[in-house]
Amino acid sequence: MTIDQLATATGERVNAVLRRTVLDHVAPERVAPDRTVPTRPAPDRAAAREFVDEYVVPHADRWDTLGKIPQELLTRIGEAGLWAPFLPAEVGGHGVSMAVLGEIHEEVGRGCSSVRSLLTVHTMVSWALRRWGTETQLRRWGAALAAGDLLGAFCLSEPGAGTDTDSLTTTAQRTDEGWLLNGTKKWITNGQRADLFLVFARGPHGTVALLVPRWSPGVTVLPIEGMLGTRASMLAEVAFRDVALDADALLGPTGLASGMVLTGTLDLGRYSVAVGSVGIIQACLDACSDYASRRQVRGSALRELPLIQAKLSDMVTDVRAARLLCAEAGRLKDLGDPATIMATWVAKYFASCAAAKHASEAVQIHGANGCSPEYPVARFYRDAKVMEIIEGSTEIQRITIAAEADRTWGV
Amino acid sequence: MLDTTAGKISAFIAHRFPKATITDADDIFSLGFINSLFAMELVMFLEKEFGITLPNNELVIDNFRTVTRMAELVGRLRPEPAAV
Repeated sequence: MTIDQLATATGERVNAVLRRTVLDHVAPERVAPDRTVPTRPAPDRAAAREFVDEYVVPHADRWDTLGKIPQELLTRIGEAGLWAPFLPAEVGGHGVSMAVLGEIHEEVGRGCSSVRSLLTVHTMVSWALRRWGTETQLRRWGAALAAGDLLGAFCLSEPGAGTDTDSLTTTAQRTDEGWLLNGTKKWITNGQRADLFLVFARGPHGTVALLVPRWSPGVTVLPIEGMLGTRASMLAEVAFRDVALDADALLGPTGLASGMVLTGTLDLGRYSVAVGSVGIIQACLDACSDYASRRQVRGSALRELPLIQAKLSDMVTDVRAARLLCAEAGRLKDLGDPATIMATWVAKYFASCAAAKHASEAVQIHGANGCSPEYPVARFYRDAKVMEIIEGSTEIQRITIAAEADRTWGV
Repeated sequence: MLDTTAGKISAFIAHRFPKATITDADDIFSLGFINSLFAMELVMFLEKEFGITLPNNELVIDNFRTVTRMAELVGRLRPEPAAV
């Protein structure tokens, strides 16, 4: 019986205790199980699509209503190798490319944006660990993150600071043993369930990134419920009160380069949200094509109406354009090309705005049905709005892209 | 010029900031256009262009202050050519 199966059978409190027992009181070398040889083929778009159609799509509306993703699905995601397949085989991943990772997240986003958001923040933590982590940190956390035995969450936003990272008030003080963390993070995706928090705080010489196990004394989690969209993403407010961490908690460099940890991690999150937005548009297109072909208006199918055709044609065009922009960002990531950062900004800007526009049109096409819980488009509509806010709001994206235009073409 | 390490670094900075004019000895931080986004781009460029991995302990401001310093950093980290 795995930790997850045992935890599912015995409840959430036991779940946390089990994780702490297994992962905190065992030597780091033993935390990394023998997963060096993947036991299944590397996941790809086709595998993700099959997984999503079988295990996600039929249940997504119910999870949205419940405001929670069941442990059973989280376990299945791990069994399918979807948590962090880009991690190298040495730590239990499959080494899949960023392009393929994007395709996987698009498929998951098509099925349920809440599930995709869990993958997004787990990806951010796992990627940051791979990019900036020491060998000791990789040994301690890598395999468990790859398998989904531990789930990661990204802790940046605070009650008074979202995009404005200069306003962070969470502090990380140097101590003889390592670090002392104090502060409160808000809107933390999967904060209710995650085991390992990547926390950004004000350090002695700029922002620092710290790996903080949920079971650390002084960590408290307060669920946030009733959100507009991605309602099952298990948001939480996470408070850190005199949380003592050893020196090994620091992820990545300090000083000049500390901001790069944040920049790079947000870039991955932005990429995931961009492809997730493509998934929302595709889901809108699927739902609307189906509805418009079955719904009769004055004796003919809804799809025969020119104004409905106009909406569907715009969805087709934008989903293709958004997918291409995301594919380009993924391709550049795989090349290690710095142009990927701006390409990802552009892709996320276009895809999130298009998702919001077409989710609104999807509700319109469905009429009163679209406002009801009997059809998924109301969920798409609420989820799509969130895409315009997270990992860089539309306004910040416009500022950043305009600055690029000025730098490149201005006089 | 473009064949040299410094030349390639200069060309990358010039490509990203066409309006700026810098020499190999200019302190790019004092010019005011360095932010975390460009810093990340710069690190990615150095790693990709020169086939190196920048370890955390080399990510200090003095290694990136000028084109010359970055070229020296690349020289330290680039694998030695195989003996003939």
